[in-house]
Amino acid sequence: MEKVRSHLMLCAGTGCVASGTTKVKAALEQELAKKGLTEEIKIVLTGCNGYCAEGPVMAVYPEEIFYQKVTVEEVPALVEEHFLKGRPYQKLMFREPEKKAAIPGMKDIPFFKHQVLRVLRNKGLIDPEKIEEYIARDGYQAAAKALTEMTPEEIIKTVKDSGLRGRGGAGFSTGLKWEFASKVTSDVKFMLCNGDEGDPGAFMDRSVMEADPHSVIEGMIIGAKAIGAHQGYIYVRAEYPLAVKRLRMAIDQATEAGLLGKNILGSGFDFELDIYLGAGAFVCGEETALMRSIEGKRGMPRPRPPFPAVKGLWDKPSVLNNVETLAQIAPIILNGSAWYRSLGTEKSAGTKVFALTGAVNNVGLVEVPMGIPLRTIIYDIGGGIKKGKKFKSVQLGGPSGGCIPEHLLDIPVTYEDIVATGAIVGSGGMVVMDDNTCMVGTAKFFLEFTADESCGKCTPCRVGTKILLDMLTDIAEGKGKEGDIATLEDLSRDIITTSLCGLGQTAPNPVLSTLRYFKHEYESHIHQKWCQAGVCRNLTTFWIDEKLCKACGACLRACPAKAVVGEKKVPHKIIQELCVHCRTCYDTCKFNSIRILPAGFEGDPHEFLSKTAVGAKEEK
Amino acid sequence: MPKLTIADLQKIKEKYKADFTLREGGYTVKIIVHMGTCGIAAGARNIMTAVMEEIAKVNRNDIIVTTSGCAGLCAKEPLATIELANQPPVRYCDLTDEKIREIFREHVLGGKPVEKYALVSGCETTY
Repeated sequence: MEKVRSHLMLCAGTGCVASGTTKVKAALEQELAKKGLTEEIKIVLTGCNGYCAEGPVMAVYPEEIFYQKVTVEEVPALVEEHFLKGRPYQKLMFREPEKKAAIPGMKDIPFFKHQVLRVLRNKGLIDPEKIEEYIARDGYQAAAKALTEMTPEEIIKTVKDSGLRGRGGAGFSTGLKWEFASKVTSDVKFMLCNGDEGDPGAFMDRSVMEADPHSVIEGMIIGAKAIGAHQGYIYVRAEYPLAVKRLRMAIDQATEAGLLGKNILGSGFDFELDIYLGAGAFVCGEETALMRSIEGKRGMPRPRPPFPAVKGLWDKPSVLNNVETLAQIAPIILNGSAWYRSLGTEKSAGTKVFALTGAVNNVGLVEVPMGIPLRTIIYDIGGGIKKGKKFKSVQLGGPSGGCIPEHLLDIPVTYEDIVATGAIVGSGGMVVMDDNTCMVGTAKFFLEFTADESCGKCTPCRVGTKILLDMLTDIAEGKGKEGDIATLEDLSRDIITTSLCGLGQTAPNPVLSTLRYFKHEYESHIHQKWCQAGVCRNLTTFWIDEKLCKACGACLRACPAKAVVGEKKVPHKIIQELCVHCRTCYDTCKFNSIRILPAGFEGDPHEFLSKTAVGAKEEK
Repeated sequence: MPKLTIADLQKIKEKYKADFTLREGGYTVKIIVHMGTCGIAAGARNIMTAVMEEIAKVNRNDIIVTTSGCAGLCAKEPLATIELANQPPVRYCDLTDEKIREIFREHVLGGKPVEKYALVSGCETTY
């Protein structure tokens, strides 16, 4: 037996592969060979580590040293220093944004320190393409227990008591869903997995499928036993090629090992599993549309009831669970419902994975106990707002969700508390926005998405989202009218109450939640023709406050339209006729001397701004 | 792969134990070979190879090996430090292939530090 003294866990998730993992691996192999270390140091490709923004990332065990942004050029020095001489290589270590000191240990990096891993328990620790490594981490033990020691009722009771709720968005009790389907008598039933992750900015399901495909399969085997299904499908979008590849590989390995197919682990239970590739329509994440799509029909929702637990795929009783939900099942079965409840709150038990992105310093995938405040996620794990800017809002739940303002950041992240704000936990997309974001523009962005993705079956969604989008576009272009806000609110409520499926029922949420917390922005867009964030080009006048201007020439050089004039020691000025409202000068100025005024502003800017007391960038 | 039974799951887990001791922690012996420029010049590479061979021979899963830089005593290289759980680490100096193998048998496997080769006991621990 050869002895390996160190494992290099190199991230091979989609993000890191795009940043160059493959080349880095080749360089590492070459360099280790050159130093004669090939035998004793092993490179392991893992699934997504979660810290995607700084990829390719690599963790070195047993020292647990974390390296980020590993490049081919740095590899020779890294190998010589760390693997030959045993001196961890500082240059590639994590550094906190404000502080310069390098943090070598993975557990000491704030991004990792505050996380609790259950869904992502194997993240960065196993090679997802080797079933043995999954088994070595207690893999398929839960399936063995469920198939040989537990009755379907016992499985359902454990899952129900754990308080696990569907992680796909709606948050329905997983155990209850299984119970409904188990009580229906039918010769054929289906166990389905929803891997049709469609929210812009959400990528936790892809990560789980890539990093730990067997955890999804194991969850499905247990679910199949609970409801009495012998056939399953994983519905995954074709845009996730790496997830599809790893799932296929995992299914093949599990089938070969007798963990799928006939008489699993000698228990007498049969379960076949196949993959169905979706074409990427957002509406196919809705359960009834997803089932139509598997049947080979056009993916469109149908009214419920009958619910899929009674009449689902090919009109047979079916259960559809989200990827993240299924990945939680095995540990619940192994450790029990009380263990699962040890984290989270009474009604929102366990942990939830969030895709943290936008204007935060640490972008990536984070798993936290439910019930912790939003502020902890954004500031402690996310490292606060980029470039020292000010927080404005966090968007939760993708196109079905809403924007949460600063004064609500201390609410706990639970299904109920988030819904009370007008947003939803949803699949866990978390987009942080700084004070240079226009909230009308944010609502418009999400409506562009839903109007485009509406399947067109029901009128409120098909026509309603288009009208909402047109109105938001008008407001952003300066064509907003008196009464628009009331119409937006009315129409939004109508769409919510009359749409057929979840897509339409939630599509107006971004409009309603921005109206709820940022109505003044809509008002200033409509009445004053003023986009205070300086995003809507038609609604801005950029003006240099001559009292604050240091005449440094930065904006003058940056302006692409040559609209800024001035010279040394003479405060600069913007020639309005030449200005293209691109905001470059505003972003360039280090002295906050550039102010945003309403479109076509006339009068004394000093007087206007002192009256409104806004328009100034916060102190950097 | 043949069809697995429940007992096979446990066997696979045992087989991979060494890999996961390395990744998850839970080792009981840590051997540090000092591999600064001075150490390498004095033959630390051979010491490392000898250690790896000895571990492979006994097939123990709970021993890990790491390298570290110059310990500041360049004249006494090659150096190695051995840390057994709950015992003070012992640093050995002027090592040779034979010496490190003897130390491995006596100290790592037998639990008794080899005083004649030891430089110091109770140096800074890395646990």
